[in-house]
Amino acid sequence: MIENNPFSLNEKTVLVTGASSGIGKAIAQECAKMGAKLIITARNEERLKDTLQSLVGNGHQYIIADFSSDDGINDLVKSLPILDGMVHCAGLIKRLPLKFVNESHLTEIMQTNFFAPALITQKIYKAKKIQQEGSVVFISSVATGFASFGNIMYMASKGAINSLSKGIAFELATQKIRVNCIEPGMIVTNLTKAISDEELAEDVKRYPLGRFGKPEEIGYAAVYLLSNASKWITGSVIKIDGGLTLR
Amino acid sequence: MKEQFLNQVKETLEITDREINFEDNFKEYDEWDSLNLLSIIAMIDEEYGVTIDSNTMSKITTIEELYNIIESNK
Ligand SMILES: NC(=O)c1ccc[n+]([C@@H]2O[C@H](COP(=O)([O-])OP(=O)(O)OC[C@H]3O[C@@H](n4cnc5c(N)ncnc54)[C@H](OP(=O)(O)O)[C@@H]3O)[C@@H](O)[C@H]2O)c1
Repeated sequence: MIENNPFSLNEKTVLVTGASSGIGKAIAQECAKMGAKLIITARNEERLKDTLQSLVGNGHQYIIADFSSDDGINDLVKSLPILDGMVHCAGLIKRLPLKFVNESHLTEIMQTNFFAPALITQKIYKAKKIQQEGSVVFISSVATGFASFGNIMYMASKGAINSLSKGIAFELATQKIRVNCIEPGMIVTNLTKAISDEELAEDVKRYPLGRFGKPEEIGYAAVYLLSNASKWITGSVIKIDGGLTLR
Repeated sequence: MKEQFLNQVKETLEITDREINFEDNFKEYDEWDSLNLLSIIAMIDEEYGVTIDSNTMSKITTIEELYNIIESNK
């Protein structure tokens, strides 16, 4: 190990939401490898325990929380220690053409993809549970600016996250707390089960680098944004999409 | 019920110029595209509370098969 490695997360306590699966799980694993103490959260205890067991190092913990209710969000924030960083990765997708969009579908998506990360960040900050010079990372999506059929609600929820991130970045810059977004392209996970294999086979052809991404490839960017190596980065949106949006 | 389902498919695909039949391969309709695929899934979810996953949807071709999935999941 390089001494004073700027990418190290030693001595940093990091919250990762959505850590029971897919990208969140990989983010937790990569952060642990870089020395962070993880607090991982999601609804499914069994899968959270799997993630916990896969983390290198000691002192990690899991907290079960359901973001579909205010209680779930409040209880999570109450049980958190002081953090150096957080990664908002819990999210869901629901593909519906405009004709089928309604308030209840919109509410469901916005609750987990937008309200939960927004309120968790607000409550953690208000409770002074984020250190000065801390780092906040939101997992957004290339879908903010790249339309696909049936994705209206999801696009809107991630677009809202991008603007939220910039707004918070500006306010918290006085505390040297940094706030950034990562926009992944397609990563095959539980979430992408909403897309048929046939569609995926078609979709992958649009990726200049010739394949979809891997969850750990988002993990590496999260490590960077949480580490001291990115101390002068705030309000940014980092696209990780194999070149999808080049054209 | 069968008649009603045919009408719902017709309406979802916005077919106004002809009748459609149970034996039709709906993926060969001029109106068929990936947006209509999502619309059919959404319509069946909304009307019958049956969720057809995207992989099942890519395997089936006739309206009858669609109908049978609803019947066997109700
Ligand atoms: N996969 C992609 O291609 C892709 C691309 C761009 C952006 N993203 C974003 O990346 C993030 C992670 O996606 P993923 O692909 O890793 O999906 P995933 O495998 O389905 O993981 C989603 C995570 O969110 C948690 N979650 C969902 N609803 C929750 C709720 N109500 N309360 C608490 N936790 C909840 C799930 O945990 P439980 O089920 O255990 O609660 C799970 O850990 C999402 O924000 C997604 O929008 C994904």
